Amino acid sequence: MRKITYGQAISEAMHEEMVRDEAVFIIGEDMGVMGSVFGLTRGFMEEFGAHRVIDTPISESGFTGMSVGAAIRGLRPIVELMYVDFAGVSFDPIMNQAAKMRYMTGGQVSVPMVIRAPQGAGRRNAGQHSQNLEALFTQIPGLKVVLPSTPYDAKGLLKTAIRNNDPVMFLEHKLLYATKGEVPEEEYLIPFGKADVKRAGKDVTILAYSREVIFALQAAKELADLGIDAEVIDLRSLVPLDWEAIEASITKTHRVAIVQEAPQRGGYAGEIATQIMEKIFDQLDAPVKRIAGLNVVPPFSPALEDHIYPKPNDIVAGVKELLGRK
Amino acid sequence: MSAKKHGKELSVTFYREMVKVRLFDEKASELFTQALMSGNIHTCIGQEASAVGACQALKPTDFITSTHRGHGHCIAKGGDVKLMMAELFGKATGYCGGKGGSMHIANVGLGILGANGIVGAGIPIAGGSGLTSKIKGTNEVTLAFFGDAASNQGTFHETINMAAAWHLPVIFLCENNKYGVSVCIDRVCNTQNIADRAQGYNIPGVIVDGNDVFAVYQAVTAAAERARKGEGPTLIECKTYRWHGHYEGDPMSYRTKEEMKEWKEKDSIARLRKEIVKSGIATEAELDGIEGEVKVEIEAAVEFAKESPYPDPSEVTTDVYADDNERSVAR
Repeated sequence: MRKITYGQAISEAMHEEMVRDEAVFIIGEDMGVMGSVFGLTRGFMEEFGAHRVIDTPISESGFTGMSVGAAIRGLRPIVELMYVDFAGVSFDPIMNQAAKMRYMTGGQVSVPMVIRAPQGAGRRNAGQHSQNLEALFTQIPGLKVVLPSTPYDAKGLLKTAIRNNDPVMFLEHKLLYATKGEVPEEEYLIPFGKADVKRAGKDVTILAYSREVIFALQAAKELADLGIDAEVIDLRSLVPLDWEAIEASITKTHRVAIVQEAPQRGGYAGEIATQIMEKIFDQLDAPVKRIAGLNVVPPFSPALEDHIYPKPNDIVAGVKELLGRK
Repeated sequence: MSAKKHGKELSVTFYREMVKVRLFDEKASELFTQALMSGNIHTCIGQEASAVGACQALKPTDFITSTHRGHGHCIAKGGDVKLMMAELFGKATGYCGGKGGSMHIANVGLGILGANGIVGAGIPIAGGSGLTSKIKGTNEVTLAFFGDAASNQGTFHETINMAAAWHLPVIFLCENNKYGVSVCIDRVCNTQNIADRAQGYNIPGVIVDGNDVFAVYQAVTAAAERARKGEGPTLIECKTYRWHGHYEGDPMSYRTKEEMKEWKEKDSIARLRKEIVKSGIATEAELDGIEGEVKVEIEAAVEFAKESPYPDPSEVTTDVYADDNERSVAR
């Protein structure tokens, strides 16, 4: 099968959906003439016209809010926030408008929009361009929250997001854009709320999403050398969450580590851990283990930034601790 | 004011609609004071002319976004007072099934894209509706109602800038009632008129007497024509005043009795009535008849709302999501 990058997969998903459905349009900073800062919409404006690939001024609150209006009117905007950190300037349209419009109107309207936002650390972008904000969005009923880790997942999930009738926070990891993976030529979609067993194993479950899935898989290799057979589950979407997959795996392994790049405090790993303890406590042979980022502002210096989020060796260490191994 | 020029039908329609807005909000205020309604009520008593004059200048296929002070806009755009009153009561029969209340009445079929509880948040939604018409190549106009206070929000400046740059078919209609809750606009804004801000975006800025329904109607008619021709947005400032507080129960310590009295003397409905009678297009008796009919309609709306059932508790988890709701709410 052909291999393409995560970035190309995202680009293809948008392209295919724009060809398929005239209601789909792209709006955001540098999306048109430049083809986006990550090069994901190169050539789109020439092909689809400036009315469907819209270069905006630096007005995140304004154009995110306008996208809510367009979605209510039946279009399907794909909004790009150049960095998820810019949600700070467009939070009202995300939190109070897009997320709540359907409920507040008693189901009269839907807001079919995708907000694509690169997040994550490791690119030396410092405090305002490196955050992981997924937990913030999961706290807002009305939003769906999706975080792909591979090119295959990115394409299939983004196509689903564009066709979905709810506002979807589609959180891409900047450090994954250049990673390659198999993506078929023919069309496919991946449903939300369907986790993917990225590696089957019997001794311990590692739950992860976004870039930490890649690290978890690397860790699983090292763990295999130590005789530990780890199962790595990529949650792919946090809302909706595939509880069945989590339960099935833990029922098999009886031990679970949850990995996230975001700061540990108030993170989604804590939410999953609580659900596990509330529902299947008797399946656990050890306390749930969180392996998460530090509760700090992302620093600039490589000498500092590399210490703020879990790497494969941190996951190996965490899993060994969970299993009582030295 | 020129009832003759606009003819009997339109003038009388103005009257009926403005009376309906007034009586609806007077009734809402009364019921709220009697604790028959909960939450917040923001009445637009005193501002009827801007709501009615603007919406009458639009087509049924045009769109509006409204505000927390939005009952008048919804009525003027064709909202059914029964369904509105039921929503204010939190009943299942209300426009939003009781999930929105006073600040979130919407009906896309009528072109009401939603009232909004966040000051200035409806403005970009209107901009997006205008963008939609432009992308689709259809010729609806979208009008954003907002207050003087909203014109100090970033969303106002961001949206008006984009709408101007892209010639979107949008009308920005500011109902300048002088106060953002307690703060007089003079104290927080260095331009004398909100409409002056249009210059900064190179679009027309028009100031009208917001208590003259004919003036509002004319300004919006011209702006809609301009928008439909692809010439872009207009900022219209209606100078008006709210008679009640920001909310029902507001002690209004921030303004004087003299000021309130002065504005009550500029009552848009009394002025319209006088103009209609003076120009001989309808008699006092005819207008009394209309008022009587509206009273009956409002009373019927209250009865309907009171008799309607509350939403079933099971509804609390519906409508959060359009797709896969149950699963997305469960965890």
